[in-house]
Amino acid sequence: MSDRKNDSTNDLSTHSLSNLDLETPEKPYLDSNELIINMGPQHPATHGVLRVILKLDGEKVLGTECVIGYLHRGVEKIGENRTYAMFNPYVDRMDYCAAVSNGLGYCEAVEKLMNVEAPPRAQYIRVILTELNRIASHQLWLGTHALDIGAMTPLFYTFRDREEILKIFERYCGARLTTHAFRIGGCQYETYAGFEKDVKNFLTFFAPKIDEYEALLTTNRIWLERTKNVGVISGPDCIALGVTGPVLRASGVKWDVRKAQPYANYSKFDFEIPVGTNGDTYDRYLVRMQEMRQSMRIVEQAVNGIPEGPIMGKVPKVIKPPVGEIYHSIEAPKGELGYFIVSDGSTQPYRLRVRPPSFVNLQALDLMVRGALVADVVAVIGTFDIVLGEVDR
Amino acid sequence: MPNFITSYLGSKVTPGEAGNQFWALIYVFIIFAGVALTVMWLLNWVERKALAHFQIRLGPMRTGPHGLLQPFADALKLILKEDIIPAQADQFVFWVAPMIGLLASFTVYTVIPFGPSQAVSDMNIGILFMLGVSSLGVLGIVVAGWASNSHYPLIGALRSSAQMVSYEVAMGLAVVSAILMTSMNASGTGTLSMLGIVRAQQQQGIWFIFKFFPLGFIAFAIFAIAMVAETNRTPFDLAEAESELTAGYHTEYSGLRWSLFMLAEYAAMIAVSSIAVALWLGGWMHPFPNLLSSPAWEFIFSLCPGLTFVGLAAIAFIGAARMPSYSFFRIQRLGLAVFAAVLGFVALLLLVIAVAGRSGDTSLAARFREGIDYVYWFLLKVAVFIYLFIWYRATWPRYRFDQLMRIGWKVMLPISLGVLMLTAIVGVIVS
Repeated sequence: MSDRKNDSTNDLSTHSLSNLDLETPEKPYLDSNELIINMGPQHPATHGVLRVILKLDGEKVLGTECVIGYLHRGVEKIGENRTYAMFNPYVDRMDYCAAVSNGLGYCEAVEKLMNVEAPPRAQYIRVILTELNRIASHQLWLGTHALDIGAMTPLFYTFRDREEILKIFERYCGARLTTHAFRIGGCQYETYAGFEKDVKNFLTFFAPKIDEYEALLTTNRIWLERTKNVGVISGPDCIALGVTGPVLRASGVKWDVRKAQPYANYSKFDFEIPVGTNGDTYDRYLVRMQEMRQSMRIVEQAVNGIPEGPIMGKVPKVIKPPVGEIYHSIEAPKGELGYFIVSDGSTQPYRLRVRPPSFVNLQALDLMVRGALVADVVAVIGTFDIVLGEVDR
Repeated sequence: MPNFITSYLGSKVTPGEAGNQFWALIYVFIIFAGVALTVMWLLNWVERKALAHFQIRLGPMRTGPHGLLQPFADALKLILKEDIIPAQADQFVFWVAPMIGLLASFTVYTVIPFGPSQAVSDMNIGILFMLGVSSLGVLGIVVAGWASNSHYPLIGALRSSAQMVSYEVAMGLAVVSAILMTSMNASGTGTLSMLGIVRAQQQQGIWFIFKFFPLGFIAFAIFAIAMVAETNRTPFDLAEAESELTAGYHTEYSGLRWSLFMLAEYAAMIAVSSIAVALWLGGWMHPFPNLLSSPAWEFIFSLCPGLTFVGLAAIAFIGAARMPSYSFFRIQRLGLAVFAAVLGFVALLLLVIAVAGRSGDTSLAARFREGIDYVYWFLLKVAVFIYLFIWYRATWPRYRFDQLMRIGWKVMLPISLGVLMLTAIVGVIVS
């Protein structure tokens, strides 16, 4: 039987993986051969179809190799073969947990390329929906992250409350997940009657719910032990790897595109950027919990100050941006989401490239889990808040 | 009727002590069938329902009223499933592994003292036997993980063997401090017999959880933590950590074999809870057995089983009354009403026995009443532990492997050693 075991090990190791060709540590954790194990693509904790090949010494991780592409749909290539307006729904399918943010980034990029601006009312609607979507995305992250670490119950609480946000989306544009909420130049739909009331109701409903989540986890001893000093990454390392979003901020770097390069009226709102200190999983948890509270602040200001007026800017029926290129990025729930669009003056982009935060953040996985235990790999994958639709595109 | 059947009926000791193999066998059958049914149906249903309500869900609702028949449907599904043995697995060991676990966790029941005569046997080394046999369960898990010839089960099996071995030490020491307490009597001799330990609590007039406070309580707490680790339940469920090892040691198992693992796990839960109840919570005794021992109090306590069933029947009746009035629910409502009626009938029977057996000490009703009382109080205490197990599972995240080992060896072992020594010292001083 041991022969068979060795055979299967060899099969995997002939994969010639750059990260895994490591020297054996001087003091082995257990006196045994290394074990190469496939985590994914079908695995409960890889958030979709991420495949991580782990090289283990006992339970200790010696190296990892991410194999991605199981959800590749060629979104960028599709973009080159669709008109600007036709491509808009496709971006929703990248980070399907934060479809509104994806749409916002794309619409703003094209608007910037065409040099038009959405009217103020549309901007406010965009901010409200995007921040609600940020809360929804963080709720989903919290539930699944806690489930990865073994706490079953928060998942159900967060899904219960996320439902309220999805209901608002559904009433606004008919869809819950892939909303296609915005159009190039503004919004297609006027807010429905009672939209503001719904949003305000949600804010009062949700404020105690965050405390409920925190009561379950923030001071939970097991949670602390499982997240503190797990997957530590320093600020400079984050910057070197291009890691953005809550992961970067938890490492002490105060970088938020909403503040650094304000878009969509964000400069008008008063909010703070929560920052961590240690760059460990617990700090990332705290940063995201704080971000939810800050998002609520933004939504509250936006819904109280929403102006009257048109919701669609002066955009021609056929969108033909001038020849040129543009890079525009926004702060998506998972980090900096950028769109690079090259226009040749036709109705279709000449080249469209997406900078997905999950894809870039995932690079840090190996750095963060090397030397940790198998259970930490799961915790770290959860703390990135990756969505494979966005990683693979 | 043959002599070996009737001769035991008047006896006040366990069939094992009386040397009556026939009744011992009957008891074994009753206990095994009871445990299997409890685990398969009641525990399964209660865990799913309780967990669901912790998590703002409804849980099973469709198969039978309030999902009461869901466990049976699941059992049927598991039995009918294709029996898969992976091609690379060690066929025989793979086949035998679940049996080992099941055997170990069921053998323990032969010495569990449901009552002074409501046990299969009063083994004089009962607690040693119990610890020894229950720790054999790990063998099934290790062997299953190895025989699967797959990576995740292998890691799961290694984790669970390390975990069980290290928690057994603290568990054993906590048990020893309870055994020390049994020797706090006039003759100064302790006992390892499960019935003896409960009787010692009766003689000393105190549950061992309160003895030498807080020493007894600490020993109990250590046992209560170790028993969660011993049964691989949250927050110590590393061996089958779903999010890490897909399903741990039973990843490659399916169908009936998989259900045997589950059966073993749940049976082990009841078994370790029973040890805790017998050692620290006064076993079959009702609360304050020495203080409230007047016939009036005895009567009030003997009404409790009947009243419990009255309560259960009432809940079922309310559930039936509150069912929606669509025609779809007509059969469900009827079923729940019948179930409530059965519970009510049991309640009536128990109350009649309690009232009829009140006066004399020799009548058959009195003996029945006594037996029901003992078993009722024992099972009630066990049920509290089972509820705690479910509560833990709903509340806590999972420990990491190194943290688990650190708690086992660096925290629980020193504390249990200290408690053991302090118990011995205090015991010597007091006596």
